[in-house]
Amino acid sequence: MKLRLTFTVNGEPAEALVDPDKTLLEVLREDLQLTGTKHGCELGECGACAVLVDGQPLLSCLVVSHECQGRSVVTVEGLTVDGRLHPLQECFADLGASQCGYCTPGILIAAKALLDREPHPTRDLIREALSGNLCRCTGYQQILDAVEAAIVRPGHASARDGRGGQS
Amino acid sequence: MSRRVIGTPRRRVDGRAKVTGQTRFADDIILPRMAHCKLLRSTVPHAKIVHVDTSKAAAVDGVHLVLTGHSFPIAYGILPVSHDEHALCRDVVRFVGDPVAAVVARDEATAERAVRLIDVEYEVLRTISSPADSLAYPEPRIHDYGDFGNVHKAVALQFGDVDAAIAGADHVFDDVFFFEGNTHLPIEQHATVATKDPDGKLVVYSSTQTPHYLHRALAKALEMPAAHIRVVATPNGGGFGGKSDPFNHEVVVAHAAMRLDRPVKIALTREEVFYCHRGRHPVLMRFRTGVSKDGTITGLDLQTLLDGGAYGSYGVASTFYTGALQTVTYDIPTYRFRGCRTFTNKPPCGPKRGHGTPQSRFGQEVQLDKIAEKLDVDPAQLRLGIVQPPDSLTANFLRVGTIGLADCIKKVVDRSGWRDKFRKLPSGRGVGLACSSYLSGAGLPINWNDLPHSGVQLKLDRSGGVTVFCGATEIGQGSDDVLVAIVAEVLGIEPFDVRAVTGDTDLTPVDLGSYSSRVTLMMGNAAIQAAERARELIAAAVSARLDIPKDRLVFADRRVFDSADPDRGTSFREAVCMAEAKFGTLGTTGSYTPPRSPAKFKGGGVGPSPTYSYTACVVEVDVDLETGWITVPRVWIAHDIGCALNPVLVRGQVEGGVYMGLGEALMEEQVFRRLPPKLSHALVHKFPSMLEYKSPTFLDMPEVFTDLIEHPDPAGPFGAKEVGQGPLLPVMPAVANAVYDAVGVRVDSIPVTPEKILRALAAKAAGKSARSGPASFPDVPWPETLLVTPPWAGGDGRAANDPKRPSHRKVDAGIEAKAAGMDKGTGA
Amino acid sequence: MRLPSYRYRAPKTVEDAASWLAESPGDTMLLAGGTDLIPNMKRRQQVPATVIGLRGIAALSRLDTREGTDIGAGVTLTTLVRDERIRSKYQGLWQSAAQIATPLLRNMGTIGGNICLDTRCTYYDQSFEWRQAINFCMKKDGETCWVATSSDRCLAVSSTDAAPALMALGATVRLVSALGTRDLALGGLYANDGMSYLTRRPDEILTTVHLPEPAGWRSTYWKLRRRGSFDFPVASVAAAARFDGDRIIEARIVLGAVASCPLDVPAAGTRLAGQVLTDDLIAAVADDAYALAKPMDNTDFELVWRKKTVRSLVASALRELRGDDMREARVRLARHPLLVVS
Ligand SMILES: Cc1cc2nc3c(=O)[nH]c(=O)nc-3n(C[C@H](O)[C@H](O)[C@H](O)COP(=O)(O)OP(=O)(O)OC[C@H]3O[C@@H](n4cnc5c(N)ncnc54)[C@H](O)[C@@H]3O)c2cc1C
Ligand code: SF4
Ligand code: FES
Ligand code: FES
Repeated sequence: MKLRLTFTVNGEPAEALVDPDKTLLEVLREDLQLTGTKHGCELGECGACAVLVDGQPLLSCLVVSHECQGRSVVTVEGLTVDGRLHPLQECFADLGASQCGYCTPGILIAAKALLDREPHPTRDLIREALSGNLCRCTGYQQILDAVEAAIVRPGHASARDGRGGQS
Repeated sequence: MSRRVIGTPRRRVDGRAKVTGQTRFADDIILPRMAHCKLLRSTVPHAKIVHVDTSKAAAVDGVHLVLTGHSFPIAYGILPVSHDEHALCRDVVRFVGDPVAAVVARDEATAERAVRLIDVEYEVLRTISSPADSLAYPEPRIHDYGDFGNVHKAVALQFGDVDAAIAGADHVFDDVFFFEGNTHLPIEQHATVATKDPDGKLVVYSSTQTPHYLHRALAKALEMPAAHIRVVATPNGGGFGGKSDPFNHEVVVAHAAMRLDRPVKIALTREEVFYCHRGRHPVLMRFRTGVSKDGTITGLDLQTLLDGGAYGSYGVASTFYTGALQTVTYDIPTYRFRGCRTFTNKPPCGPKRGHGTPQSRFGQEVQLDKIAEKLDVDPAQLRLGIVQPPDSLTANFLRVGTIGLADCIKKVVDRSGWRDKFRKLPSGRGVGLACSSYLSGAGLPINWNDLPHSGVQLKLDRSGGVTVFCGATEIGQGSDDVLVAIVAEVLGIEPFDVRAVTGDTDLTPVDLGSYSSRVTLMMGNAAIQAAERARELIAAAVSARLDIPKDRLVFADRRVFDSADPDRGTSFREAVCMAEAKFGTLGTTGSYTPPRSPAKFKGGGVGPSPTYSYTACVVEVDVDLETGWITVPRVWIAHDIGCALNPVLVRGQVEGGVYMGLGEALMEEQVFRRLPPKLSHALVHKFPSMLEYKSPTFLDMPEVFTDLIEHPDPAGPFGAKEVGQGPLLPVMPAVANAVYDAVGVRVDSIPVTPEKILRALAAKAAGKSARSGPASFPDVPWPETLLVTPPWAGGDGRAANDPKRPSHRKVDAGIEAKAAGMDKGTGA
Repeated sequence: MRLPSYRYRAPKTVEDAASWLAESPGDTMLLAGGTDLIPNMKRRQQVPATVIGLRGIAALSRLDTREGTDIGAGVTLTTLVRDERIRSKYQGLWQSAAQIATPLLRNMGTIGGNICLDTRCTYYDQSFEWRQAINFCMKKDGETCWVATSSDRCLAVSSTDAAPALMALGATVRLVSALGTRDLALGGLYANDGMSYLTRRPDEILTTVHLPEPAGWRSTYWKLRRRGSFDFPVASVAAAARFDGDRIIEARIVLGAVASCPLDVPAAGTRLAGQVLTDDLIAAVADDAYALAKPMDNTDFELVWRKKTVRSLVASALRELRGDDMREARVRLARHPLLVVS
């Protein structure tokens, strides 16, 4: 028996008929084909699968599909508003915070949740808030720099897509 | 003409895709009618397969196909000398995790359920759990090839009369070190999608660092012409060497997709990634070094013993690498290297960031610290006195070019406040220094031939757009960005104007892959050549049309113009049109082949490189005397990069290297549990999970102070050298040296853990040797030594003798002959 | 890794939950934040036929600090950590909660789930196939305990961070079943047995944790683990003491992760009562705790070392209670700044 799941994804109503044994991660990636959300363990041990559920960053690999009914989910695909990147996305791209980019969606989600609650975190607080996300590439420094830069970057800066010359 | 793109910190060209979740990794590929595959892996470490019963699995609703080793008669492997893998085991399983059968089903859950219904009957064989076991038990052999018994490879090379040089030295240092194995742990688990294209040819999308080698392996294992296989390397979610072998799962789904005529996907679990492994070899090593009063080295006698795991992988190359780069860093006039790799019933080891060199780098740098203390000189000073001279040939015939090591050392010494800290900090706190060098690309390909190592094609047309094609693989290091930046720089356009098509064996010319830090240098040089050829065509056309002498034409700001009168000129787009009109359809190519190595002896294929990078690092530690608990508050590192093409990426590689180095230094271990042999034959990975395999978190990572030393190297594109691997290497020994400075005990084994520190402190308190580390190096039946006269003594790079293979092998003659015949081509 | 099939039920009230649980307590499990249960189900360590999701029961997420403190079992660790009253009144609990797992897991994990957390062991917290390779173990599907092959009981480790802290603060818990309600001291909920680690009957639901008013009490929690986040404790200590000036009136010390249950150190209480915390006294209490700790070789780190560190942890905890400035030492040992987003 399939489960009819009705919820909100990235601000839009979503409905899916899913295998009830699936996790939110599997529903997002397989049934909604929102593959921006990643997985590195499926056991809660890496943070790659983080999404916002009702505004809180959770690990989608540990959320059962039944418990998504009626809730509001935001994935990395939902961070871009009106075709403009979120300041965090701009800064991550500009400052090398994303190397292979595989941990990036989860970290962006955790960072967004942080800035939504605390618009001016210290570097130590950013470290703590992101400590549920592993990255094997960057050594974290450029991620910290990027979050700090996003704190001061006004609203949605214009997208600058590798057009050379910018820092 | 100043550079516009190269050297400027920039957003990488694929940055937007990565931060929006649009980068398509292998598991993000979803195709219509796609089926899903799961592998059944061995639950015994070493056994004959008696019978595989797949009937229950095949009967499950939704199962399309069940496969066993019968479908895969042909062996493959990364090195020509060790084609010892089958996609699914046929007769023998060699470690817990070795794939035995596969199920393809309508979805992953069904495949997972069905695969558990396969029954395998095993006849258990003795478990070989360590190199000690491998040496003690030649039988049962894990493989029926290799040097002898369970020894995969034993090599012995000598350059000059090292025994005399050591005997005549003022001091002889004799130290044994151990470096535990560890793994890459890319956050992306390996995944592959295979499909039959509408023409009936095979297409494989995979998270591989080496699409070219996967292409070869698939052609061999599936008995298909390579021309009918297309391999597309999807961007890797981290590789670090762990995605450089052709893997079982890739071959299995390729076969299944052809059989079923539908797309088949496999996505490994984290546990399976631990079984793929190919990570850092555990290495026991012994350094005997002769040192003069003034701190110069007279000779080094190095022995290494590697735990290779169950398959060959890159192991022969890894073995040579444990002995390859000592001489590239320091001036060592005489040198003997003996290395031995054994087979054990564990996941195969292979290339991880630094491939084979970090282990002996650790030993050498810690021993240098001991030497400095004994001679009562500052360790930085000692090293400055022995840095290998630039533009020289080492005792083992490696040609080195520019060397920024002295500058690196001076930089970190200044920046860290070394002089005020070393031996001066309060008890419990300390600083340690270490250095390293690394190849900017292996000088020899894995399969010896005289073909280019990297090819680049450029397509330009009247749109003004430029597309660049190259087989290089984006694994996070930024190879697409380097490719695009170079083309944009040469043609005077913006990176955004260039489209990169990479890592696709149908569409792109061959590049050997993202390993051995070769991409920036080799692909970069090929890209420069292709772009310069295009510029040449465009310049010729513009010159003719606008009547400007060719040598006065400047390509910049998306224009082509007269340097004498910048207003005279045309847009880049117009310029391309002129060229297309003059020459017809535009396309250029570039290729790169490294210079020939002067090393002509057997084994000399491992180590040569067009140029070497250098790094120096200072680590500060804080050690709690009561618990041995160790914290790293700060790291200073300086890297000789030649030229930073995009400083944002370079810094990221340096810091990422420090990160991984600290992980290895302090916590990462790929270790195994052997259950009590009286009760069980089990030998299992101790904790194949991200929770228990400890990778440092945001809260464990110190601030890193990075400096780049930029002396352009003529061998590199715009002078660039590698940065992906070198900066990791000095971190582990620097940590161990810092611990000694802090608490006066030597931890001669990696990782440096609080338990080891406490044990050493206890030994010290009891008046015993203030050290934790291996006691001795075992007797290894070394083969006869290959004798090579060093260049300074007039050697020509050839061996003086032709040693017989060791005689104490119980190998059947046919296999032996085959192995001997294949014994070349290991330049990984 | 996929979840096994199961039937999911979502009650709105504790009463419904209790009566559904009573239908088949043997193969039904409660799901709170799922951060323990879901990985265990994926690895087939726990394979309930029915899962009762508690998150729809509003009553379980109440946090009430009027008389003492009542924490609903469904209160998340993040809620606890963000609560100023918890932070100021029950420092030890706050410190323990702030160091559990990761910020993301704390957003999901509940206090009830933490208290009932399955015991852990590196031979057990493994996939089905891995466990098959060791022919399983006593705790699930097998016979032998590989940690101590002659042991007749499972020695899996109690790994909850909050429970020691709560026990030191004198917590009681309420269990509700279709048959009725009972309250018991939190310590009474645990048995030193890796398999039957709770005295909770399978038909009971933990609904509330009650903490008495902490008048005069100071408390602290010290945790040791490899990394600053993610990792379970390999040894920990919760200490709480009621002071009259410098003098301790009563005190409790509870160790975590060195046995199959949180380990009360009764000798410490006796030794500390009526005393001023001198360095000698601290050392003696640390010895008491050291003697009691029985870590086994089934977590990260070597067991001998874990046992040794118990001394340092206890001493650090007591020094902090005495009022020593331990901030730097704590950051070094715990790798955690005890900073959290409020
Ligand atoms: C990577 C990782 C790291 C972790 N690190 C830590 C750590 O450092 N310290 C730590 O303490 N924990 C840690 N945890 C475990 C876990 O996240 C926490 O213990 C969490 O508080 C568990 O709560 P939960 O609500 O998610 O429990 P669940 O998984 O929902 O439940 C856990 C158990 O309690 C039972 N249960 C839940 N609620 C009730 C109830 N009301 N009545 C009766 N039984 C109930 C469930 O049936 C289940 O057996 C970690 C987990 C992961 C995955
Ligand atoms: S302590 Fe023994 S019985 Fe218990 S889980 Fe570990 S190995 Fe199994
Ligand atoms: S995939 Fe969810 S935490 Fe790793
Ligand atoms: S960028 Fe590769 S894992 Fe973080």
